[in-house]
Amino acid sequence: MAPGEAALRVVRQEAARNVAVGVHGVSHAYDLAGLQLPVLDSIELSVAAGEFIALLGPSGCGKSTLLRLISGLDVPSAGAITADGVRIERPDPSRILVFQDPTLFPWATVWNNVATGLDARGTLAKERWRVDAALDLVGLCSFANAYPHQLSGGMAQRAALARALVNDPGLLLLDEPLGKLDSLTRLSLQTELMALWQATRFTAILVTHDVEEAVVLASRVIVLSDRPGRIEAEFAVDRPYPRHRDDPDLVALRRRILATLGLDT
Amino acid sequence: MSQVSETLDAGARARSSLSWPGVQQAIWINGLWAAAAWAAAALITAGLPDVVPWGSAGLFAALAGAGAVILAIFAFAVPRLGRFGEGVAHYGPWLIAVGVWFALWELTTAKFGWLPKPFFSPPHGLLHVYVAEAPRLLICIGYSLRLWTLGFVSGIVVGYAAGVALGWSKQFSYWGMPVLKLIGPVPATAWIPCTFFFFPTTFAASVFIVALSSGIPVAILTSSGIASVNRSYYDVGKNLGANSWYLISKIAVPASLPHVFVGLFMGLYYSFAVLVVAEMLGAKYGLGWYIQFQTAYSGYANVYATLVIMALICAGLVKLLFVARDRLLGWQKGFI
Repeated sequence: MAPGEAALRVVRQEAARNVAVGVHGVSHAYDLAGLQLPVLDSIELSVAAGEFIALLGPSGCGKSTLLRLISGLDVPSAGAITADGVRIERPDPSRILVFQDPTLFPWATVWNNVATGLDARGTLAKERWRVDAALDLVGLCSFANAYPHQLSGGMAQRAALARALVNDPGLLLLDEPLGKLDSLTRLSLQTELMALWQATRFTAILVTHDVEEAVVLASRVIVLSDRPGRIEAEFAVDRPYPRHRDDPDLVALRRRILATLGLDT
Repeated sequence: MSQVSETLDAGARARSSLSWPGVQQAIWINGLWAAAAWAAAALITAGLPDVVPWGSAGLFAALAGAGAVILAIFAFAVPRLGRFGEGVAHYGPWLIAVGVWFALWELTTAKFGWLPKPFFSPPHGLLHVYVAEAPRLLICIGYSLRLWTLGFVSGIVVGYAAGVALGWSKQFSYWGMPVLKLIGPVPATAWIPCTFFFFPTTFAASVFIVALSSGIPVAILTSSGIASVNRSYYDVGKNLGANSWYLISKIAVPASLPHVFVGLFMGLYYSFAVLVVAEMLGAKYGLGWYIQFQTAYSGYANVYATLVIMALICAGLVKLLFVARDRLLGWQKGFI
């Protein structure tokens, strides 16, 4: 995918809007039929504006919970999360969560799905071009009038990405967005995501199970422990973009991270 | 080139038409059988005397005979009519069955009297009702449709609004759901005594009963539809800056539409079932009123003829609802 200049304008409106995130002593527990199930334990994390962070960790360690807390869809049991120093209390279109399932609205066309944010905030009439540009950005222009059930898994996830990008978010929260795709589609979407981030530099926090994906995309990799999740290790990925997955430094880093996760290869 | 192949095809057809499979290709065999069955029904009706006279026997024989002639023409035309022909041919077995049914029906009722008057009526007995009672029946259809339309439309509008409120709001659900579950299974007709007290006219009471019978299933299914919407759709909406009104109108409502249609279908059937009873309430016209009136005078042929009209109207409305559903729920194709 080679996003055109016009298409990039959709997410390049105000570069300064990129959001810095601060997670201060955040603990969270779910209430399961009166039983407290702790999922996150005293998380301290700060993400600079324009940084690309990857969160790794065993299943159920609270990675996705952390993303929901940062998005504002849930409120932490203890601690505080800030966006540019302001406490996050509710969801906001400047921080958009992209789910593992595309969760497109099956009753709406791809175009209308992508337009959801603008429509909900009442700016769609003036900003119809942004929807077209966002579709162009992810290469789905010719599928604007298709319904979600007519899309492949990869296309559906691109549409979900366009639905997020059309709002020019300063922070993109990616909850295993490529987790359910076949390996070839995943590789090509990783490359697209990298190109997109390079061109726009929105702040990104990516939850993934794929260590290779984490080291190829992120500038910093955070490893969480078993539930309740604590930050166990942190790795800076100090390699220039665009990266190649066979880069010996990245391969070596990948091995170190796997060892941290208890998988010696 | 195409000319050559056409000639070859024609030659092949000419040769093969001599064989049995060739005959089957050139003639719609089921059409011939259907024509024979309809002709038999016509001959029986016209040829044998009625045990007790019913009237309109000649007209029915003429109609069945005309049907037989049309079917005989179709038997030769259908293989050349392409798509339309295939559509007709699909109903071949049914057309045969209907012809046989008419013939047996005539024999057992009017001709041999095994199923006697007034409890049973031959097909031409029903036809005679339509011929003799046409003006009155048309007025009754008009009255019934007015009552049904007012009742059904107001019922589904109120039921739908209540269903959305029950599915969306915890407060509404806390107070409303137990009430709905209690009154839901009570037949709408059980409210007749109260309605006499509450409504100024019997017509308004009838409308209320039809509305209640169609509104309750719509309310129950709408609320369960709204409550079972995938929570992540709401997460997406909230995240993108949607307010509650947007979440309801643009997410909950379309997402619950498949459930709502199930409720509409149920409401349609229930409302027809209570229509007859609702027209007991001091009505002067209406199909339900007509059925009761004729039952009292043992005019069972009139009762059957009216039931056929009601069945056809109901089937037509169900068909309309299906068309509406297919238009509105085209997006579901990938799921069903």
